[in-house]
Amino acid sequence: MRDVAIVAFSQTDHVRRSEEVSEVEMLMPVLHDVLERTGLRTGDIGFTCSGSCDYLAGRAFSFTMALDGVGAWPPIPESHVEMDGAWALYEAWVKLLTGEADTALVYAYGKSSPGSVRDVLTRQLDPYYLAPLWPDSVALAALQAQALIDAGETDEPALAAIAARSRTAAEGNPHAQLRGPRPQGGYVVRPLRTGDCPPVGDGAAAVVLAAGDRARELCPRPAWIRGMDHRVEPHALGVRDLTDSPSTRLAAERAGAFARPVDTAELHAPFTSQEVVLRKALRLGGSVTVNPSGGPLAANPVMAAGLIRVGEAAAAVHRGASDRALAHATSGPCLQQNLVAVLEGEPHVR
Amino acid sequence: MSATPASGAPSAPEVLRAPLVVEFPFTRSVGPVQSAFLTGLRERTVLGVRTTGGRVLVPPVEYDPDTSEEIGELVEVGTAGTVTTWAWNPEPRRGQPLETPFAWVLVRLDGADTGLLHALDAPGPEAVRTGMRVRVRWAAERGGSITDIACFEPYADGDAGRGEGADPCRGEGADPCRDEVADARSDAGRAERRAEPVTPGAAERGTAAGPRPHSGAFDDPVTGVVAPARLDYTYTPGRAQTRFINALAGRRTTGERCPSCRKVYVPPRGACPTCGIATSEQVEVGPRGTVTTFCIVNIKAKNLDIDVPYVYAHIALDGADLPLHGRIAGIPYDRVRMGLRVEPVWTQGGRHPDHYRPTGEPDADYDTYRELL
Ligand SMILES: [Zn+2]
Repeated sequence: MRDVAIVAFSQTDHVRRSEEVSEVEMLMPVLHDVLERTGLRTGDIGFTCSGSCDYLAGRAFSFTMALDGVGAWPPIPESHVEMDGAWALYEAWVKLLTGEADTALVYAYGKSSPGSVRDVLTRQLDPYYLAPLWPDSVALAALQAQALIDAGETDEPALAAIAARSRTAAEGNPHAQLRGPRPQGGYVVRPLRTGDCPPVGDGAAAVVLAAGDRARELCPRPAWIRGMDHRVEPHALGVRDLTDSPSTRLAAERAGAFARPVDTAELHAPFTSQEVVLRKALRLGGSVTVNPSGGPLAANPVMAAGLIRVGEAAAAVHRGASDRALAHATSGPCLQQNLVAVLEGEPHVR
Repeated sequence: MSATPASGAPSAPEVLRAPLVVEFPFTRSVGPVQSAFLTGLRERTVLGVRTTGGRVLVPPVEYDPDTSEEIGELVEVGTAGTVTTWAWNPEPRRGQPLETPFAWVLVRLDGADTGLLHALDAPGPEAVRTGMRVRVRWAAERGGSITDIACFEPYADGDAGRGEGADPCRGEGADPCRDEVADARSDAGRAERRAEPVTPGAAERGTAAGPRPHSGAFDDPVTGVVAPARLDYTYTPGRAQTRFINALAGRRTTGERCPSCRKVYVPPRGACPTCGIATSEQVEVGPRGTVTTFCIVNIKAKNLDIDVPYVYAHIALDGADLPLHGRIAGIPYDRVRMGLRVEPVWTQGGRHPDHYRPTGEPDADYDTYRELL
């Protein structure tokens, strides 16, 4: 199996609403930026894969419009996942591992501003037992938070501290939507307060992958993907132990995360309480820097936020801030699906 | 000119907005396990399914989430249960079970090993706690869906028998599975009330007062659900399409030219699909054009005020490098042809051409539009 690395990452400034641009207009500067970082042109890319969601856009096959931004004529090898772009990255990684391509462009975008994302996300729930009740994303996260509080694993002050730490860290991230700490505010769905919830916003991100020597040509310090795996919980919330995330733990194990300690972790925990679950599942000790970007509590463009975690982890390796970083992405209610990637830089280059 | 923003407007680009409602009644079939569960709700009976490992899943599924084995051994559980976690919802949203503030709850019904998600009607968050006892409040009208449970309501043990929807035979004792006295009492009550014997099998498994075997057979079983959904959006078309729509309001059709390959796209979407770069130079195209290909529509669309058959065509407007879609009229449908020269027809107050009609010019030579097919 050959080595595959992330060689470039770019993201938009994440904003509450981006009414003046269409999805492809929002995405194009990011695509151009990530290509410029490698010197590649669209025609040089061996495989293109994207993640987005028709329910966010409110129309079918919405991703086909965004394809104009990657120069899809003449026809290119291309794929799409109706999921966070982290899963598109996984597909591209497999494509490169099998030798079908040497480079890949992965992008993801989401505009939550046209609709109500809390209502929109109810449509991804089981249609027989859950969707007819319209339980929104905050409500489901709040059930998980209360379970954690009942189990003695956290309390409201601890959750507030996670919110404050994340948004303080985001002060150093020019792309973040919420920069700097802010009041926790009132309950949205108790026990979760405004501060425990991610901002709703629009944004996009892209990464370029390359295999072997091609990666070394394109990037001074490639972020080598040492392992990547994704796992899913039973879909019924009532079947799961909401205070734990066995799927994250298993994905991390299969990705090799526990072989050696990581120094940095980018966790896709849109709600403060979910960071508590992930830290436990991933056995992250106090020496690990968690979400130095501010994480999804500072910017959570739905469908791109997970890819951004991988991109931020890779960028930390690129600039020498991390030697071994863990990236996590999630999809679905209460951490239903979880992806873990382990990225490393070659030590001697630092 | 109507294509430009009103004078005095700020320099920020004008953003067009329109409401966009997506509504769909998804009709779904159900398998044997879900059919039994949903029909049971209609009959005020809650069914679960037993896994090969012995757990009782409520609501039931057809495959064991641990082993993926197909499962289908149905059991009846209580209509009272215990809250395993909760969340207070101060502002109910459209479609949610209650219109007044309520608690979301996961409830482990007596005899079940898993939680059922629903709403709990309670006066305030101080009245809710994990571990509290609750019972089903049935909807007055039930048709075989999860909303046949209107919600849960607090239930002080010993209250059995009082109030609408209460079942005196169920839910007694804090946890009947672990309370032999309660087990015996409630089991006897069930047997008497239903006048049907409790099978020895259930007792042997030590779950006499928990789940009881149930055939899952009902008269007139539910075979499907209709899941209505409505989502509201505010559609904004972006820069390129806003320019296009604004120009149309002035009865001009504009495309945008790619700075690299020089092709003119209409309607413009902001990017050249060949080069993957932004288009920005606006170019007025048409108004006349050439039919490059077409189809004859024979089925009348809902709410469409156009007689069938009619012709829908790709029209390459003069100066454009991409054909757009339009309806052809003013000519019998069976005389429309490739190469036909057409022009737009605007109706009073219309924001886009209503249709295209023949100009009377000679047909375009095939070589002039072959690249646009
Ligand atoms: Zn071009």
